[in-house]
Amino acid sequence: MTYWFQQILNALQLGSIYGLIALGYTMVYGILTMINFAHGDVFMVGAFFCFIAAVMLGLPFLPTLLLTILGTALLGTTIERVAYKPLRQAPRVSAIITALGVGIFLENFTLALAPYPQHIPPLLDNITWTLSGVTFSSLQLIIIALSLGLMFLLDYIVYRTPVGMAMRAISWDKTFVPLMGVPVDSIISITFAIGAGLAGAAGTMYGLAYPVIDPYMGIMVGWKAFIAAVVGGIGNIRGAMIGSFILGTVEIMVVAFFPSTYRDFVAFTLLLLLIVIRPYGILGQPRTQKV
Amino acid sequence: MKKALSLLIPLILVSFSTLGWAAKEETIKVGLIAELTGDMPAVGASCKNAAEMAVKEINDAGGLQVGKKKMKLQLVVEDNAGKADQSAAAAQKLITQDEVVAIIGPNASRYAIPAAEVAESSETILITPWSTNPKTTLDATTNKPKKYVFRAAFIDPFQGKVLAKFARDDMKAKTAAVLYDVASDYNKGIAEVFKESFEKLGGKIVAFETYTTNDKDFSAQLTKIKDTKPDVIFLPNYYSEVPLQVQQAHRQGITAPFLGSDSWGSSELLKLAGNELEGYYFSTHYAADNATPIAKKFIEDYKKTYGNVPDDVAALTYDAFGMLFKSIQNAGKADREAVRNALSTLPGYKGVTGDMKFQAGSGDPIKSAVILQIKGDKFVYHSNANP
Repeated sequence: MTYWFQQILNALQLGSIYGLIALGYTMVYGILTMINFAHGDVFMVGAFFCFIAAVMLGLPFLPTLLLTILGTALLGTTIERVAYKPLRQAPRVSAIITALGVGIFLENFTLALAPYPQHIPPLLDNITWTLSGVTFSSLQLIIIALSLGLMFLLDYIVYRTPVGMAMRAISWDKTFVPLMGVPVDSIISITFAIGAGLAGAAGTMYGLAYPVIDPYMGIMVGWKAFIAAVVGGIGNIRGAMIGSFILGTVEIMVVAFFPSTYRDFVAFTLLLLLIVIRPYGILGQPRTQKV
Repeated sequence: MKKALSLLIPLILVSFSTLGWAAKEETIKVGLIAELTGDMPAVGASCKNAAEMAVKEINDAGGLQVGKKKMKLQLVVEDNAGKADQSAAAAQKLITQDEVVAIIGPNASRYAIPAAEVAESSETILITPWSTNPKTTLDATTNKPKKYVFRAAFIDPFQGKVLAKFARDDMKAKTAAVLYDVASDYNKGIAEVFKESFEKLGGKIVAFETYTTNDKDFSAQLTKIKDTKPDVIFLPNYYSEVPLQVQQAHRQGITAPFLGSDSWGSSELLKLAGNELEGYYFSTHYAADNATPIAKKFIEDYKKTYGNVPDDVAALTYDAFGMLFKSIQNAGKADREAVRNALSTLPGYKGVTGDMKFQAGSGDPIKSAVILQIKGDKFVYHSNANP
C-alpha cells in the first residue's frame, strides 16, 4: 500500500512539472491560436537563468525564482516582438516554422555559452518526512503547491481582470477588437510575458527537482507538456493541468506495472486513444469557424 | 548582385581552405572524433586535450621517427555532437576527405560502434580510447573480431565480472538492484554481465530496472527498487545521469550504497552531484593517486597545460595515441595496412593506464581494472581488480 502512495506522490510531482509548462502552451494557444513550439526552450533558458541567479549571483530561493520569471518574461516578449509579430498576418504554418526556428536558436545559443551540463545547488533545505513508509519531501510539496497556485492565478487573470477580458476578446476576433480600443500589441506582449514567465517558474522548480540542466533538456519535456495540454484541451487552463496530471500518472504507473522500457509506448498509446475518443481534449470545446 | 555575392563567398572560402591542406606534405594525419558537444562534452574535452598533448609532445621533439625520416604529426579534430549518425559521418569524412592514417575515438560505445563500422569497411585503423562494449571490435554479422578496430580500454564483460565480484566479496551484498539506460549499448551490456556474474556468485538480483537516454525522472523505478530492499544498487550509467539518480533515491529515503562503472570517472560527476556520492565505489581504468612513473609524468604534464587532473578518458586517449605512434614507428611507414599489422602485433605496451597487449587476432587489450572510492571531492584508489 505504501508503495502505491509513494508512486502516486511521484506522479503528482511529475504532473506538476508538466503542468507548469503546459500552462504556457495552452495560454498562448488560447489567445492567439498559435502553437509556440519555442516554449520548451524558453523553459530550458529559464533553468539556466535560475543557474545564473543561484550560482553566479548566489541568491536564495525566492529572489532566484522572481528573477528567473522576470528574465523569461522579458525573453518571451522579445521573441514575440522580433519573431512572431511580423508574421501575425502570415499563414499559420509560417509562424509555427518560425517558432521551431526560435527554439533551435535558443538551444544552440545556450550550447555555445554553456556546453557542459550544469548543476543547480539545492536552494531550499530539503526536509523529508516518512509517514508509515511513504517518504515526502518539502520540495515535492512546494512544486505541487506552486503549480496549482499558478494555475488558479492564471485562471483569475484570464477570467476576472480587464487584461484577461481583452485577451479573451482578441482570441474571439482579431479584426474588430482593435477598433473597440483594445491595445492588441500590448495585450499580446502581456500574454507572452505571462506564458514565458510560467516557463521560467517551471525551469526553476525543475532545476531544483532534477538539478542537472543542459541545453537540450527542454525538447522532450516541452513535447510532453504540449501533449498534456492537448489531452486536457488546448486553450483551456484547467484542462492543461488535468492533462499534465494524467500524463504524469500514466507515465509513473506504467513503470510501476510494466518494465520501464514500455513507458512511453504505453503512455502515448493511452493518450492517443483518449484523443480519438475526445478529439478536442478533456475540457476542450470545438472552435466554431466564423464565415 | 547580392545573391551572386552570397554564392561566391563560400566558394572562395572553400578554395582557400583546400589550398591550405594541399600545401602540407611529409606530415602524418591522425583523425580524432570526440564528443565535444552533446550530452557528454566533458568526455570530448578530456579526449581532445590529451590528443593535442600527445601530438604536441612528438612535434616539439621534431616529429616522429619513421624509417629514416622524421615526420610531423597533424591532428584533424571532428565533433560528433553526441550523435551516432554524426560519428559515422565524421569517420567517413576523416577517411575519404582528410585521408588520415588512423582515427582515434569516439569514446562512448554508442558512438564508437557506428564509427567503427565505417572504419572497418574502409580499411582504416580506428582506436577507441574509452568504448568498453564488446560489439565495438566485433563484426556485427559474423561476430568475429574486426580487423581494423582496436581499443585502449578493457571490455564490459570483464568490468561487469569485476564489479559483481567486488559487490559480493568486498561489499558483502546478498541482493542487488540495477538501474540502467536500455537505449545505450554500454549501459545495457554491462548491466547484463553484472546480473549474470552476480547470480553465478550466489547473489540475487531483486530489481532490474531500465530507463531511456535523456530521462530525468527516475522516481517510479526507484520506488520499485526501494520496495525490494537491495543491499547494493548498481548504476552503470553516464556521469551526467548518475547524480540525478542518486539524488532522487536519497529523497525517497533509499539508504543502500551505490556502485558504479567507469562511466562515473569524470571530474564533472562530483560537480554535478554535490556530496551525494560520498563513500561510493566504482571501477575504472587507472587511479591518479596510485600512479606508475609513466602515469605520474603524464598527470603532471597534463596538469601543467590544462590545470586539472586528467580523468580516465584523457589517460586512455593518451595511451591510444602512444600505441598508434609506436606502431607507426614499428611499421616504418605511415601506411594504413602496415600500421594495422604493427598495431595488432604490438609487444607489451607500458601506458598510463597500465601494461597492455592486444589479444591474438583481436582489438581488445589484456589489462586490469582499479576500484576507486569517492571521498570528498576526490577519487581515491581502493584496490586493483581482476575477475
